[in-house]
Amino acid sequence: MRLQILDSGHSFGTKALFALIRTVSRQPVLDVIKVVKYRADFYGNPMSAVTQEAMRGPSQWSVGERELMAAFIAKANQCDFCTKAHSAVAQRAYGDKKKVSGVLSDTSIAAVGEPLRATLLMLGKLTRDHTVNADDMRAVLAAGASRQQIEDALAVCFAFNVIGRLADAFGFFVPGPEAFEAGAKYLLARGYR
Amino acid sequence: MSDIEQARQALLKRILEGAGRSSVSERRAAFDNLDLATPLDALIHKIAMHAHRITDEDINVAKSAGFSENKIFEIAVCAAVGEASRQHDTARAALEAAAGKD
Repeated sequence: MRLQILDSGHSFGTKALFALIRTVSRQPVLDVIKVVKYRADFYGNPMSAVTQEAMRGPSQWSVGERELMAAFIAKANQCDFCTKAHSAVAQRAYGDKKKVSGVLSDTSIAAVGEPLRATLLMLGKLTRDHTVNADDMRAVLAAGASRQQIEDALAVCFAFNVIGRLADAFGFFVPGPEAFEAGAKYLLARGYR
Repeated sequence: MSDIEQARQALLKRILEGAGRSSVSERRAAFDNLDLATPLDALIHKIAMHAHRITDEDINVAKSAGFSENKIFEIAVCAAVGEASRQHDTARAALEAAAGKD
C-alpha cells in the first residue's frame, strides 16, 4: 500500500481485529478492509452504508447479479484487485464460474438474460466513457430492465467507481485466489457492514 | 428519498463538510477535480480519469511536496467519490430523459 497509515496506522482495537481475521481465515487482511477501517468515521463507515445498501439492500437484481456488475465495472476500470475480488463473490453466489468468466470476456454472447446484458453494457459505457445518454437508457429499458433495476444498477456502479479508484490510487496488494475466496465467503455471509 | 440516496448523501456530507486534516475547500476542489495546488492537482485528475495508471511516483511526489499521508488519504477519497458522483448524476439524468420524471 502506498500510504503507510493505511497499512499500520490503525487503532489498537482495529489491529487486534486484523490479528483475529488472520487467525480465523488463515489469510492476510485484504487492503480494502484496511482502508475501510482507517479513520472509519471519515470514509469507511459512510461508504460501507452505501455499499451495503447497493449490494445487499432490496432489489430485483439478485446478490449474484449485483456482484457480477461489480466485477464487470471493475474490469472496465482496469482495477485488478476489484475484478478478482468480485468475480470470486459472483462465482460463489451463482455457483457457476463459467457464467462469470463468460460475461467478463464477452458480454454480448454470455449466457445471461437480456435485461442484465443490456444493463451491463450500459454500465460498461458509463464507466469507460464517464457518460451515457438517453438513447443508452432507452436500449436498457427496451431490453426489459425496469427503471428501478437501472437505478439499482447505477448505485452498484457508484460504489465500485469509488472503491476501484481507491484500490488503484492506494496500490492495493493483489493476493492469490485463496484470499479472495475467503473474502467472498465473508461477503456472502455478512455483507459489507 | 430512497435508502441508497440517503446513504450516498450522508457520505458526501461527511467527506465534504465534516472534520478533516485537509480544509473543506481542498476537499471540495478534489471532489470537483478543480483548482488544487500542484502536485495534488495531477494526482486527483488521475484518480478521476484513469486511476489504473497511478504509480508509486504519483503518491511520492505529493509526499515530497510536504502533503501528509492523512491529507493525501482524504483528498484521494474526495476525488474518487467526486468522479463516481458525476457519472452517477449524468446517468440518472439520462434515465430521466429516457423514462420521464420518477
